[in-house]
Amino acid sequence: MLEPAITTLSSLAEPHHLSPSLPDEPLVRIRPGKSWAVVDFRELWAYRELFYFLVWRDLKVRYKQTVLGVAWAIIQPLFTMLIFTLFFGRLAGVPSDDVPYPVFVYAGLLLWTFFANAVTTSGNSLVGNANLLSKVYFPRLFIPSAAVGAGLVDLAIAFVILVGLMIYYSVVVTWGILMLPVLVLLTTLLAVGVGTWLSALNVKYRDIRFALPFLIQIWMFVSPIIYPPSFVPEKWRWLLALNPLTGIIDSFRVSLFSHREFNWGMLAISTVITLALLAYSAYAFWRMEENFADIV
Amino acid sequence: MKPIIQAEDLSKQYQIGAREEGYSTLRENIVGAVKAPLKRLRRGERSADELIWALKEVSFKVEPGEVVGIIGRNGAGKSTLLKILSRITKPTTGGVDLYGRVGSLLEVGTGFHPELTGRENIYLNGAILGMKRAEIERNFDDIVAFAEVEKFLDTPVKRFSSGMYVRLAFAVAAHLEPEVLIVDEVLAVGDANFQKKCLGKMGEVAKEGRTVLFVSHNMIAVKSLCGRAMLLEGGRLTHEGSVDEVVDVYLTAGTDMAKTGIIPDDAPRLGTREAKFRAVQLTDVAGRIVSQLYLGQPFRVELTFDVLKEISGAVFEVDIATLDGAPVTFTSSLDGGNPPVRLPKGRHTITLEIDVVLMPRQYTFLVALGHLDGTTIDWIERVLDFTVLRVAQSGDDSYRWTSVRGYVRPRARWHAPGLFPTALVTNAETIPEDVTVGGNGSGVY
Repeated sequence: MLEPAITTLSSLAEPHHLSPSLPDEPLVRIRPGKSWAVVDFRELWAYRELFYFLVWRDLKVRYKQTVLGVAWAIIQPLFTMLIFTLFFGRLAGVPSDDVPYPVFVYAGLLLWTFFANAVTTSGNSLVGNANLLSKVYFPRLFIPSAAVGAGLVDLAIAFVILVGLMIYYSVVVTWGILMLPVLVLLTTLLAVGVGTWLSALNVKYRDIRFALPFLIQIWMFVSPIIYPPSFVPEKWRWLLALNPLTGIIDSFRVSLFSHREFNWGMLAISTVITLALLAYSAYAFWRMEENFADIV
Repeated sequence: MKPIIQAEDLSKQYQIGAREEGYSTLRENIVGAVKAPLKRLRRGERSADELIWALKEVSFKVEPGEVVGIIGRNGAGKSTLLKILSRITKPTTGGVDLYGRVGSLLEVGTGFHPELTGRENIYLNGAILGMKRAEIERNFDDIVAFAEVEKFLDTPVKRFSSGMYVRLAFAVAAHLEPEVLIVDEVLAVGDANFQKKCLGKMGEVAKEGRTVLFVSHNMIAVKSLCGRAMLLEGGRLTHEGSVDEVVDVYLTAGTDMAKTGIIPDDAPRLGTREAKFRAVQLTDVAGRIVSQLYLGQPFRVELTFDVLKEISGAVFEVDIATLDGAPVTFTSSLDGGNPPVRLPKGRHTITLEIDVVLMPRQYTFLVALGHLDGTTIDWIERVLDFTVLRVAQSGDDSYRWTSVRGYVRPRARWHAPGLFPTALVTNAETIPEDVTVGGNGSGVY
């Protein structure tokens, strides 16, 4: 059982005032087995600076030695948008809820690109940081979640293009826009949930590395990114709603374009599934983490 | 006094199978689940063999301000102990109470990213080692000065020389300010000057009253830094006490194998085990078994081994090392242009004659057999200890100094017209002295 007493920890940080008397209670108790808390929030808080540095590292490293650098954050969704607009919007005539197809699909891709990249980097993060796992202690949960955190910055950059597109197509923003941060938060939580779980599985089963790209590809087609949820026949729509991204992406568009009312029911399903996934993944991670250093 | 570290009954069990295979794939697991009951039936008792205790019932206390050395051979459990104390892995049984903030340095440069600059890595590595941002900022200039990398602060560390890299990495770690510092073998890297500087820094840390646990194979460093030492053997804590005592026990107490050269089947070996060494003997040139050599005496090494499966191209290697593990020299069966040998099944004995003048000390042999492509077939360290005496067979050549510096004694002849008795030999007919010594080889032992 690990119980770092955080209050004592920070008060002892100054080396020059080393008190000769030791605390009565141990700062850390190392015992076999798992900690009692699935997620030890006090510990996460105590190590928060490390989390910041891990996100910062992922950001710094991502575009080093690339010619286009941070422009990649824009290029990826922008070019996908152009191609999708041509093939799905023009040639296939996929409907877009009366919103111009380019801006419609870009909004979906914006959130999707963030989610897909976050899950992929997060899923591979523990294996990629094997060296850290076996040489130093810190809350392991930071590794997969820091990978998601770095993706948020790309999302913010790519958002600029969305604003440009909305101005170009003269989309009028309403109060619905206030839902935007909530939806981005939900997507982040979902990415942390899925990424964390996959990253832990990946330590034990390297199959995940191969399954991931495949999973992401399929997930994209079962999410309303290139099409609106109304594109799916009524009787199958409940199935689509089981994909937590459905409610999130649909609400994301409503909040931007206000082309209709929010589908609160669908968003509620997404929220519940996202939170359930997050809780399950924290539990699964907790069950596996004590062995990471031994098998990674 | 109240201990700052209190470890009680620590044990750690590893599954060898899991360790060798590392990770598994889903398919293996599914197939494994189906086969498991069958497998267990077939294996019977053997499944217990796959579990090894890397650490077994280790209890100790460390008081604040102590500098404790942890010594032991490879595989004795030192690293496992440090990993438990650093909370990287959990014990299987037992527990530790830590009454101070622990900083551990199990590797120099953990988390260094090659693409990031020196400056960026100082921050990142500091944070990973558990420093607060403010702490890093306060120590930044000291770290840079200690590492001597001022000019390269904004260069990615992948362009650093390995020396610079290590210096920077150690500098960050050296400025950690925990109450307990755990250090694993970090002095094995870097040049001699820098090692000295690191040792100095560690000494300073100890003087500040911080507690240090120090693992090293470098007995000189252990002796100069630590007041107390613990010796781990086969996962157990076998000796504990003043550093001089414990280091002495470690250096002199060889295993039965190291005393006799008879290798038990379960000796710690590495390799594919297509062949196994059974015995290593040291003999004089007449073939008599000895354990001590006169200074300058040529000797032979006899290797006995069983080949369990025919090997097409085998290469032998014999290393001489000091008891604390420093390599002195080695020879391979490829030396002198020999081809790799084909080894048919069965028992074989090979003899090699070695002519090297070693300084008077205790040494040990390491033997290895491998394929030409580098795969190890069998490898055993500290297989047989031997001593080189200060006395030479002809008294004039004996070692007359109190301290022994280095490992190899050159055959030197000093010449100067009128100053030294012997003249410079230019005539090829003159027979050098050492051949006569080696030739009769029938001295009294």
